[in-house]
Amino acid sequence: LFFRHICVSSSLWKKNLAAAGPQKFTQEFIDKQVEEFEIGKRHLANMMGEDPETFTQEDIDRSIAYLFPSGLFEKRARPVMKHPEEIFPKQTAIQWDAEGRPFHFLFYTGQQSYYSLLHDVYEKILAMERHQDKMRNKGLLTSETKQILLTGSRWLLKEEIEEYLVENISDHDYMRLIQLMEKLLSMPYCSLEEEFILKFRKQLEVQSSKHEIPALQYDPQGVTFSVADGRRKTAKASITLRDSGSGNITINGRNYLHYFPLLQDREQLMFPLHFVGMLGRFDVEGSVEGSGHSAQAGALRLAISRALLSFVSEGDVEKMRQAGLLTADPRIKERKKPGQEGARKKFTWKKR
Amino acid sequence: MNLHKLSSRLCPTVTQKFRHLHIQSSGQQLEAVAMETESTEPNPLSVFRTSEQYPTYHSERHTGQYYTLPPAHIQKLFPHGLPPRFQLQMKTFNEGCVMVRPPVLELISYLKKADYSKPPLRYILYGDIGTGKSMSLSHALHYCYTQGWLIVHIPDAHLWVKNCKELLPSSSRPSRFDQPIQASQWLKNFKITNEGFLSKIKTTQQYVWTKRESTEKGQPLGVLVDQGVNRMKSSSDVVGAVLRELRLQAGGATEGEGAFKLAVAVDGVNALWGKTSLKKEDRTMCEPEELTLIHNLRKMMKNNWSGGAILTALSQTGSLFKPQSAYLPSELLGEEGFDNMEPFVPVSVSNYNEKEFESCYLYYLERNWLQHPHGRSEEGKKELIFLSNKNPSILERLCAFL
Repeated sequence: LFFRHICVSSSLWKKNLAAAGPQKFTQEFIDKQVEEFEIGKRHLANMMGEDPETFTQEDIDRSIAYLFPSGLFEKRARPVMKHPEEIFPKQTAIQWDAEGRPFHFLFYTGQQSYYSLLHDVYEKILAMERHQDKMRNKGLLTSETKQILLTGSRWLLKEEIEEYLVENISDHDYMRLIQLMEKLLSMPYCSLEEEFILKFRKQLEVQSSKHEIPALQYDPQGVTFSVADGRRKTAKASITLRDSGSGNITINGRNYLHYFPLLQDREQLMFPLHFVGMLGRFDVEGSVEGSGHSAQAGALRLAISRALLSFVSEGDVEKMRQAGLLTADPRIKERKKPGQEGARKKFTWKKR
Repeated sequence: MNLHKLSSRLCPTVTQKFRHLHIQSSGQQLEAVAMETESTEPNPLSVFRTSEQYPTYHSERHTGQYYTLPPAHIQKLFPHGLPPRFQLQMKTFNEGCVMVRPPVLELISYLKKADYSKPPLRYILYGDIGTGKSMSLSHALHYCYTQGWLIVHIPDAHLWVKNCKELLPSSSRPSRFDQPIQASQWLKNFKITNEGFLSKIKTTQQYVWTKRESTEKGQPLGVLVDQGVNRMKSSSDVVGAVLRELRLQAGGATEGEGAFKLAVAVDGVNALWGKTSLKKEDRTMCEPEELTLIHNLRKMMKNNWSGGAILTALSQTGSLFKPQSAYLPSELLGEEGFDNMEPFVPVSVSNYNEKEFESCYLYYLERNWLQHPHGRSEEGKKELIFLSNKNPSILERLCAFL
């Protein structure tokens, strides 16, 4: 009788998770997820009583927010149901065959898609030069060619290029790429490659001032007035701006001189009216609550600027936006953290 | 920046100084001449100024215009009387200019028409903070002075009910408290204001101060006042005695040499019936009734004498334990005060209207007080209107650093 004791210590049984690297999702796994998502979408549409065929992503978001209400402040921590492509990070498929030979000829550069993109662009440049030569030979060389409209768009950022290529590139690489694209643009007949170039440009927003202008209403006496709200740091203000021709301001039933004895607060109230140049023209009747005197003055200022939008021309609206009168001040009281006295202040540091 | 301000302030005032010196050196005879010369110099900028120096002649056509207080009058009449910020302004501009406003004109017209054989009418100037109650009171008092009345002026009754360093138990009455410093200070100022009357009025009874000191009957008032000024201990009682004498003799009740009219002007009347911030030795709060000065003043406020007028103004700024929003007589005087002061003639003082604001603005411009170049433009004026809401004191503070 012989037997061997093979005792293996328990530490060997634990897998070394750190060495495995980021989790790889196989293509079949992702396909299965997509299938499940589609089926789940139809179930959700049924549950909500809507048509499964015309159930868009916005409807999905709305339904999930209704079914799983969450009070978490971090929006990214709330329950989400999105297409697997948006959830699972894009990963490159296995780039070598069963024998270990890579498919792509630039695999050993380390950034195969980036360099292949550079090669493509250069190919196009060469093709354009050949086209130009051909036209010159035929005698059809025209100096005025259709130019691509580039206003209102910008080059993709480095992060966006990385997302497109599913690879990490350095700043230097990004600069090289942009230079190459510029060279492509500078050649005549670049309109032939317009579609390719526009893939790498992003449209900017058309008008940056999208403000809701409150409607002008008319009093029984025929006086125009408008109503607007404003907020600043827990203070909420709501005002009625009347075009009566006197400069009275009443806040919470009291004269503004009594409500704001501090000059600074009254200056805040004056700022929007003075900026537009209509100081003595309007009557302001406002109510404000919450927070302190400075925040209340800021809330009133925002409310007055918003109400003024309906009395003021387009150019003035843009000027007010640039002056910062229409932006709501996002600063709020910072949260107190555990282990500290306040938001930033730490406890007394003792060396030992 | 300060140097620039100083230099621009000094230049116009140098010429002013010379003019005043010229007037003062030749005494009163030149005052009448000065009036004429001022009226014959048509200065186009002084739309907001009037050359009428005597409040008797001020009328509606002078509303909104500034008139200069003659310096001699300022020294005599207001040794302590004018509001401190106005005194600073006087020192800066080297002249005291007061604006003629409708409430004062109303008050002066009442004073002109009143019947002085009957008990005195009580006038209360009330209004929001900083609208010009104390200034109006001073203006009306100037009128009384130019008419030759005897002036009893308490610039701020609140000063007597708070921040008193020495509170002595009264020598004459056991439950009362004296304030020697305030009393003697007031007696000194009273002496400066009413010098002419001190020798004319005689005491009607004997007053005994201590075992060794007493004032006999028939002594001129000046002796009584000196007694109070010299002997601090009994100064509060002297004040009481003086007030009593004046009450008895105003309007010629007794056979004194010529009747005189008595003007009692108290600023901050609500102090008499409010609370004090003074504590007794056993750390309980003092009632205003227990202070000799206040007690005597309250007696003056009653209309059981004749031959004069009681001009008062309410004041929230110095008042104790009253909210800032209170400005009506019923709120500030309290129940007790209101009952005591009733019946009275209320005169309301409000913020500047358009014309008055205009003249105040022009006055500051003329004095080079608004240093900022933007202050001279129309827009700057609109900004000033907005920020101050035409409140006189706020406008003054605002312009102080422009």
